[in-house]
This record gives sequence, structure tokens and C-alpha cells, in this order.
Amino acid sequence: MKAFAFVVRRDLLLAMRRKSDVLSALFFFVIVSSLFPLGIGAETALLRKIAPGVIWVAALLSTMLGLQRMFAADHADGTLEQMALSPEPLALLVGGKIAAHWLVCGLPLVALAPLIGLQFDLSGAELGILVLALLLGTPVLSLIGSVGAALTLGVRGGGVLLSLLVLPLYIPTLIFGSGAVYAHTAGQDAGAHLSLLGALLVLGLFFAPWATTAAIRIAIE
Amino acid sequence: MLSAHTLGCIRGERRLFAGIDLAVEPGQCLHVRGENGVGKTSLLRILAGLAAPAEGSVAWRGQPVARVVDDYHQNLLFLGHHNALKEDLTALENLMFAAGLDGATLTEDEATGALRRFGLRGREDLPVRCLSAGQKRRVLLARLLTRKAPLWILDEPFAALDTGAVQALADLIAEHLAIGGMTVMTSHQAIPLNNVRSLQL
Repeated sequence: MKAFAFVVRRDLLLAMRRKSDVLSALFFFVIVSSLFPLGIGAETALLRKIAPGVIWVAALLSTMLGLQRMFAADHADGTLEQMALSPEPLALLVGGKIAAHWLVCGLPLVALAPLIGLQFDLSGAELGILVLALLLGTPVLSLIGSVGAALTLGVRGGGVLLSLLVLPLYIPTLIFGSGAVYAHTAGQDAGAHLSLLGALLVLGLFFAPWATTAAIRIAIE
Repeated sequence: MLSAHTLGCIRGERRLFAGIDLAVEPGQCLHVRGENGVGKTSLLRILAGLAAPAEGSVAWRGQPVARVVDDYHQNLLFLGHHNALKEDLTALENLMFAAGLDGATLTEDEATGALRRFGLRGREDLPVRCLSAGQKRRVLLARLLTRKAPLWILDEPFAALDTGAVQALADLIAEHLAIGGMTVMTSHQAIPLNNVRSLQL
């Protein structure tokens, strides 16, 4: 576990030294989701209806922006090779990188979501569900994304391929994530959707590091 | 000890080498020689376990490497073409994190000492992107000192080093061999060391 913590710390430090990369993804999230209220106007009923979907799609796209960088630099400078040769299990180190990606690209979205939600005139309870759904869902985005990022390592034009590969896999998270808020608005219990998101998270935690590790081994050979 | 039996490597359609046998015992250094493109780097990557050989096998202490991967990686330090340094981190941070990735404990004093031995006094806290190519290589050499692995696999360790650093590295390898370490390396220069065997590819 010490190596895991080391990788997380290292990646956070690197992100701190390269703030522009992180901030641009965050601004992207804020701007894309703010364009809708501006474009649609003050029709609060419509805004409230589209809010969860729009915020979730903006979150998906903004996570995508950071995905390509997840392993690319470490691949180019040989760090991945050193990780593969480390006495520590590669899956553990990869897990650290995924965790760091979520802390940098996922967690800030969760924190910003209530602010964005206000622009869509969401109620307090709806904001709460939205934050909870994002808290469960954004780690899934990082986990699934890591598999795509590792598979497209070293591929020319990997960015587009990565989106084509990963975005379809994000669909369940999107459906259950925005569905949780819709269910609450419709007077139903959001628990079912949140449980399904939780199940996706557990599945992702179990399979994604393993699949990513396999893809990285192929990429460095 | 490291040994390999009838190693072969195929890159694309081309067979780079075949039937390579080698053995490195404690205290020995193996110098892999050959022209550009004959497969020196490929051989080292196969020995390190980063690539699979087309034929043949690599053994560590008499056991196939695949079966003793953990033990092998514990005892191995591989320095390849890429220097695995983060440009945005300082030399010291790079060393500390490299040790952390290996699950090893390294104190800041040890790391600073290693950097100073390789002439990076006063540059420990500079981001690596401010260092020259040779100084970056020196950071890597400091890693040799701090990692304490018995088997070193070094790809062109003398590249980009000035004469002083070449001598410092040769001394370091000699020390390593004297305490029973093993080294496999490629180099286009003659290696200023005794006890070196050559393998011509």
C-alpha cells in the first residue's frame, strides 16, 4: 500500500506543477454546462428537466479531456517500464494512478456540481442526489477510462480513438447517474439508481486495474 | 545469477538474433556489443523481462524468470533508453519517487548524498527540465547507488556523459562487481574495467 500512496502523491504533485492541464478540464466542465442555461433562457421548468443529463454529459466529456494524459507521459519517458519492473504489483501502481486521476479530474467536478446545479434551478434535495450520484459515478469514469487510455497508448491519433472506445462504455453510468436525479424529481426513490451506480463502482474497482495492467504490458512490449 | 538459453528475437519480419546463450555470475560484467540495429536493446529488454523472446528462456538463480518474477524484480535494476525522469520534479524528488515505486525506503540524506557523488551538488532542488542531458543521466546514475539491486541491466549507460562521469560510473560498476553484483550493459565505447566479458551480437 505504501507504493500506492507514493504513486498518488507523485501524480498529485505533478498535477500541481502543471495546473493548467487540470484547470482547463474544470473550466471546460463549467463552461459547457453553463452554456445551456444561457442558450435556453429563463425557462426554469425546461432547465430543471434537462439539468441532470446536461451536467452528467459535461462531466463525461471533461473527464475524457484528462484521460489521454493519464499514462501518455509515463509511457513516453519510460516510467511505465520502471513500474512494470517494480517489485510492487503493477496493478497496485496503476490503481494509484487511477486514484490520482479521479482526485484531480473527478472530485473537483463533484464539488462544483452544486454550483452548476443552481444555474438550472435545482432544489436542495436534487442537488444532494446529484452530488451523491457524481461521487459514486466519477470514479467509475476514471476506472473505465483508464482501460481505454492504456489500450490507446502509443497509437497515433489516439485521442479520437479513445473517445470512440470509452464514451459508449460510459453510457450505463450516464443513465443511472442522471436517472437518480430524475427519479427523485418524479417522486420516486433514488436509492435504486444509486445502488446500481455503487455496483458499477465495485465492478470497476475489481476489473479495471487488472484490464489496464494487461493493456499496459502490451503497450510497453 | 542470470542465465539465458538459446534466446532468439524476431522484430516484424526480421530475425535479429538466434541461439544466444549467456550466463552472468556474481562479480561479472557482460558487455553486449554490436552495430546499431543488431538487437542489443532488444536483448536487454528480453533479459529484463519487458519483452518476451521468440524462442529460448531466461533464468534467474536457475529458475525460469516467469516463475520467480517477484524475486527477480526485487533484485533487478534496469536503465533503458528512456530516463524515466519527470521533467517537472526536482532531481531529489525523482530519486525519492523512483525508490517509492520500487517499494524501497530511501532517506532524503541518502538521496542527496548519491546526487552529490555524481556532481549534482546544488542542483538537487532544480526541476529536471533545467538540467542538461548529461546531468539527467547523472541523476539516473545516482539511482544505481540508491537502489541496491544485485543485477544491473544498463542500456548505453555511458551515453551523454563527460569523461569525469564516465570514470565515476566505471568506478561505481567496479565497486558493484567487487561486492558480488552483476552487470549486463551495452556500450559503443571500451569499458574501463577488468573482469568484463564480451558478447558479440
